[in-house]
Amino acid sequence: MTRYIIQRLGESAVVIALMSFLIYALIGLMPGDPIDLMISSDPRLTPADAARLRAVYGLDRPLLERYLSWAVAALGGDFGNSRLHVRPVLDVMPTFLLNTVKLMGLSFVISVTVAIPAGVYAAARQNSRFDHIVNLLCFAGISVPVFWLALMLIIVFSVMIPILPASGVGSIGGGGVWDAVRHLVLPVTTLTIFSIGSYTRFVRAAMIEVLRQDYIRTALAKGAGRARVIWVHALRNAMIPVVTVVALSFGTLLSGALITETMFAYPGMGKLIYDSIMGNDYNMALVTLLFATAVTLAANLLADIAYAWLDPRISYGGSEGVRP
Amino acid sequence: MTFARAFAACILTLVLLSCGEQPKKSHDTLVIGMTQYPATLNPNIESMLAKTYVLAMANRPLTHVDTSWNRVCALCETLPTLENGLAKPEKLPDGKTGVAVTYTINRNAKWGDGTPITTRDVAFTIEVGKHPASGVADGELYRRILKLDVKDDKAFTLHMDRLTYDYNALDSLNLLPAHIERKNFADPKEYRTRTAFDTDSTNPGLYFGPYRVTEKQVGTRIVLEPNPSWWGKKPAFGKVVVQIIENTAAMEANLLSGSIDYIAGELGLSLDQGIAFAKRHGEKFDVTFKPGLVYEHLDLNLENPILKDVRVRRALILALDRQAITDKLFEGRQPVADSFVNPLDWIHSKDTPKYSRDLARAGALLDEAGWAKKGVDGIRRNERGERLSLELMTTAGNRTRELVQQVLQSQWREAGIDIRIRNEPARVFFGETVTKRKFTGMALFAWLSAPESVPRLMLHSEHITSARNNWSGQNYTSYANSEVDRLLDAIETELDREKRRVLWARLQKIYAEDLPVIPLFFRADPFIVPKWLTGIAPTGHQDPTTYWVENWGVRQ
Repeated sequence: MTRYIIQRLGESAVVIALMSFLIYALIGLMPGDPIDLMISSDPRLTPADAARLRAVYGLDRPLLERYLSWAVAALGGDFGNSRLHVRPVLDVMPTFLLNTVKLMGLSFVISVTVAIPAGVYAAARQNSRFDHIVNLLCFAGISVPVFWLALMLIIVFSVMIPILPASGVGSIGGGGVWDAVRHLVLPVTTLTIFSIGSYTRFVRAAMIEVLRQDYIRTALAKGAGRARVIWVHALRNAMIPVVTVVALSFGTLLSGALITETMFAYPGMGKLIYDSIMGNDYNMALVTLLFATAVTLAANLLADIAYAWLDPRISYGGSEGVRP
Repeated sequence: MTFARAFAACILTLVLLSCGEQPKKSHDTLVIGMTQYPATLNPNIESMLAKTYVLAMANRPLTHVDTSWNRVCALCETLPTLENGLAKPEKLPDGKTGVAVTYTINRNAKWGDGTPITTRDVAFTIEVGKHPASGVADGELYRRILKLDVKDDKAFTLHMDRLTYDYNALDSLNLLPAHIERKNFADPKEYRTRTAFDTDSTNPGLYFGPYRVTEKQVGTRIVLEPNPSWWGKKPAFGKVVVQIIENTAAMEANLLSGSIDYIAGELGLSLDQGIAFAKRHGEKFDVTFKPGLVYEHLDLNLENPILKDVRVRRALILALDRQAITDKLFEGRQPVADSFVNPLDWIHSKDTPKYSRDLARAGALLDEAGWAKKGVDGIRRNERGERLSLELMTTAGNRTRELVQQVLQSQWREAGIDIRIRNEPARVFFGETVTKRKFTGMALFAWLSAPESVPRLMLHSEHITSARNNWSGQNYTSYANSEVDRLLDAIETELDREKRRVLWARLQKIYAEDLPVIPLFFRADPFIVPKWLTGIAPTGHQDPTTYWVENWGVRQ
């Protein structure tokens, strides 16, 4: 297993290196560079001035050369300055990342906590009234547009029944932990309602599949309790596809939720990435996108490790193992 | 039961969280909702309305335009003029005429940390502005300054390279505090990232206006509190909070919930949202619509063989009912434009040709231009059987513009003109298509100008954008008219107001006859003000209402 993890970490490093070049090149292909933006704010800038500024900022050099300079500096811990925030990228990112971890982390934990029992219950009582209600709520959660849901929650809980703050991360002047938690309620609810539906559907589908297996019938015939069969034997096996889905969504977790963040004026990673791409903030866009890539790779590695834990037949150490 | 218990626990948690008392609203704090966060607070880096809006409460330029559209001193004591002798023409070594303008900084002016504002700050600001690597927004101002003569701590003379009618305007000279910023300018190339306005934004020594920045949450809010060193009228609020909410629907809900008090007209709801809001909640708020200098228009690509013909351009405008567009879509709150000059500006000429819808005249002009035949699809064709078809582009996702675009398309279709709509995200549209003149037909967007602003960049032939000039300039239509070039040069250097008025009238007339651009209307901003808030005076020009924030108060 250790060898496997080291090998995967090596592969991940190569993927990140390749991605860094790809992202750098793609951003370089986008219309306009920082000097174009200077020209738009000072259209009288002469062509000679523009050319000189491009030289000063190194934008006149070939893309590969610029990338290599950036990569060398990045390896030394210098990821450059953010054009939009006029500060080093690594000074800006933590605030946004922390906000996203709070928002998305809470939403993720609540979604998974509710989705697993709900999905298992619905699968165990397939076609019951409970199953129908869960299905209905799941489809409603998946189908409802996030921006509309967010707006409705603001109107109901901040305008009609004014009990929760409509936006931001805290009250003016600071209001402590309780105040911060209250500001999280509506955005977390929005994201949770959206994600809970899909997670529940995955758990339910996986459980139904497992509950049809012969070994479940055998266990029940041998007199094992129904609850034990469902929660211990079936759930553990049903978790393999669920872990894949959860791992993939975990990768996107730290990239933020653009729409929810915009609706609730919540400064998170989604807005940071979007604004940096739209605002020609090369360094910030590059680092945030690479960060999202790294998190996705890490989440997938964790998922692979979880497979082995969930199903002892899976082994990464030798040729006799079964690869998922 | 396990699930039921977990579900009940979630509900209970939600109820408990919701039970916290909403913070009490007080009129001592004013919360302004705005859609954009300023990228920097350095007054001379990046040109951005959001930044101007916030900084106008904390800093002021040497001069600015008042609510009556007259230039006045903001930080100086007396506006220099040729009449009062503070401005004097002077001969330059190359034989041209320049001007020496003498300003005196307000004797009481101090930075928020008590350091007097002096000519040291002026010299430093000019040094930064003139440095090629500093990347200031209005480089042109600094290029025009030939020399600075310091007379004493407060008085200085600027020697400018030309004598223009706006010789005394220093609207974009925002002083930088030398005692704080000098060390950050040690490496000019790094100044953008080291400026204290962004690295130490709450330093009181950076501000001298009625308020100063005391808290900054990146992307979320900026808090300002009264500045004890301000020498003018004492501001009314103990705190002004600029809250950033980018989504306008959410902004509206925040206003109704009381999370914000006021939506900035300059960077708030769109006009259609403002109209709808006024209908629903007009009794709770004072909603005013102020038309301004944002000029919505269609740039025409004059290199397109169809649009090269002035008869086609005139037919295009005659086929439009712009008044009906503004009446139906904007309840008549956006005045139809005859040219780039707003009727609120003194240079506006009543003699400018006006176009109202006349399909017969439009048809006759198109016939004359060779687009006489009509196909079975109702679209006109020329002798070679080519369809009269043009591409119309704008910024994708801009609901108002897309709506206008559809009405234009249907009105032109009635005149036998086919319009193909192709929109792009703003980033691509402005970053590539418009700047590099890649639109083949028409581009719908807006210009923001200042009162009596010479449209040299948009109309002078030397500013036609091309690869040769590194795509600088803003003459995207490739319009070239030698008389217009002469007029633009003459207006800039004509000091006599009445003589200038004649030149302006001629320029507007040619513009409306040549139609390199199809004027649509002047955009109006909705200001949604709570009934208890007084003193907000929208001007219609480029200076935001916060330049007069010290006049804002609470209705007694």
